[in-house]
Amino acid sequence: MQRFVDLTLNGIANGAIYAAAALSLVLIWRATRILNFAQAGMLMFTTFIAWTVIDHGVSYWLGFLVALASGLAMGALVERTIVRRVEGAPPLNAIIVTLGILVLLQALAGMLWGSTPRSFPPAFSIRGYEIGGHAVLFSRFDLFTVLVVAAVMAGLVALFSWTSLGLRMRASAFEPEVARLLGVRVGDMFTVGWALASLVGSLAGVLVAPSVFVSPNSFDAILVFGFTAAVIGGLDSPSGAIVGGGLLGLALSYVSGYAGSETVTLGALAILVATLMVRPAGLFAGPRERRV
Amino acid sequence: MLKVEGLHAGYGPVSALEGVSFEIRRGSVTAVLGANGAGKTTLLRTISGLVRARSGRVLLDGEDVVGEPVDRLVRLGMAHVPEGRGVITQLTVEENLRLGGLWRTGRGRDRLPGVYDLFPRLQERRAAAASTLSGGERQMLAIGRALMARPRLLLLDEPSLGLAPQLVAQIMRVLRDLSSDTGLTVLLVEQNARAALSVADHGIVLNVGRVVAQDAPARLAANDQLRHAYLGF
Repeated sequence: MQRFVDLTLNGIANGAIYAAAALSLVLIWRATRILNFAQAGMLMFTTFIAWTVIDHGVSYWLGFLVALASGLAMGALVERTIVRRVEGAPPLNAIIVTLGILVLLQALAGMLWGSTPRSFPPAFSIRGYEIGGHAVLFSRFDLFTVLVVAAVMAGLVALFSWTSLGLRMRASAFEPEVARLLGVRVGDMFTVGWALASLVGSLAGVLVAPSVFVSPNSFDAILVFGFTAAVIGGLDSPSGAIVGGGLLGLALSYVSGYAGSETVTLGALAILVATLMVRPAGLFAGPRERRV
Repeated sequence: MLKVEGLHAGYGPVSALEGVSFEIRRGSVTAVLGANGAGKTTLLRTISGLVRARSGRVLLDGEDVVGEPVDRLVRLGMAHVPEGRGVITQLTVEENLRLGGLWRTGRGRDRLPGVYDLFPRLQERRAAAASTLSGGERQMLAIGRALMARPRLLLLDEPSLGLAPQLVAQIMRVLRDLSSDTGLTVLLVEQNARAALSVADHGIVLNVGRVVAQDAPARLAANDQLRHAYLGF
């Protein structure tokens, strides 16, 4: 029983990170129908930038903020300068372009920071809380992870539901042509969407960095899990991404705890296939639109 | 108010407009009629900037607006209700409406009461998802949303499509009243020529990308040959 509780707590903490990674993909998919393979490279790059700040002895929190700010800027920059040219083109073009950006960023990071994995400090202690003489698999850093992801999600929900910027962004995602006819500058909304998605991605990067170390390729796995979580949730639904992330975190924690950590990737694949067999459009697919 | 001169437009190798010219007066209702494929929808889409004109001019109060981005044309006072109405079904009725006025006031709420006065049904359903609306309600929503921007020129693509006759009559009456009460200029594309001519001040008949007739509605309707060939009644 103690073991089950430990694995559950661990799953929640991991799930929060998967949810953030999933959300960074869903926000872009939903707005521009582009699957952003470059996300692994973008969040790697911003985490390296944060690592540089922290490594120079500046505070962790400044590094944390720099990661988020550079994520925001990088998302906008990538959309404006590169991705804009393939929006509305055949899907394969966008796939090749985002893969190209991924390779470019990984090569650039290798040149700037080398390929030796760097250790990245956590914001708080990663020693589990002591409860009744037992150290549970849940630390102050895990608590911080869950809370900060929840806060960012709440902020996004508020932005989309209650602000006019959010309304314009939703309209641009659902019906770009109609949005243009209503005076919305749809291109700007896509830029903002990429910026926000990249911000969420950079958050996932700094949160997962203490456990994976920082190197040009060390974030590839988080994107695979993020993508799995996004597909479980339906790829189109931000709330689906969050639930998908949580479910995947829990499931993989149980797989790792009871079947061995080497089976985790296999477990993720099994969960993905099982979800697609039961609900091909994902758990949170909306009902089909009724034609009138 | 709006003057179209020698407009050519098309998609790829297909030419949809081949030198269309006409002029509409401020505060008038103009109906563009013709069969499927006559170029009516392309005409509206070219005027509102969704389709790039190959040649010719679109003069809005004397300014040539060909090549201007859509959002600038909206800010110049053009509102285009597209074919199939363009209601965003994932949003609520009120979100759709607010969207129409966002660029103008930053909020657009001040126009809401006026639109709700015009279409009380929308107020009853303001929190409902637009996907649950009937065809007639969607048309009201699309027109109401366009009005949120306080346009000077309203372009409508087939507002009668799929609506019951009494709803068509109601929509036409609303357009007529808007034009006579507020001075709104309306350019209406319709296959339902009889309904459109009942409210229009002026009729334009298109056939395969060219204007074949333009005249007062009564005179168009009195021309048997034209009626049988292009208007279908």
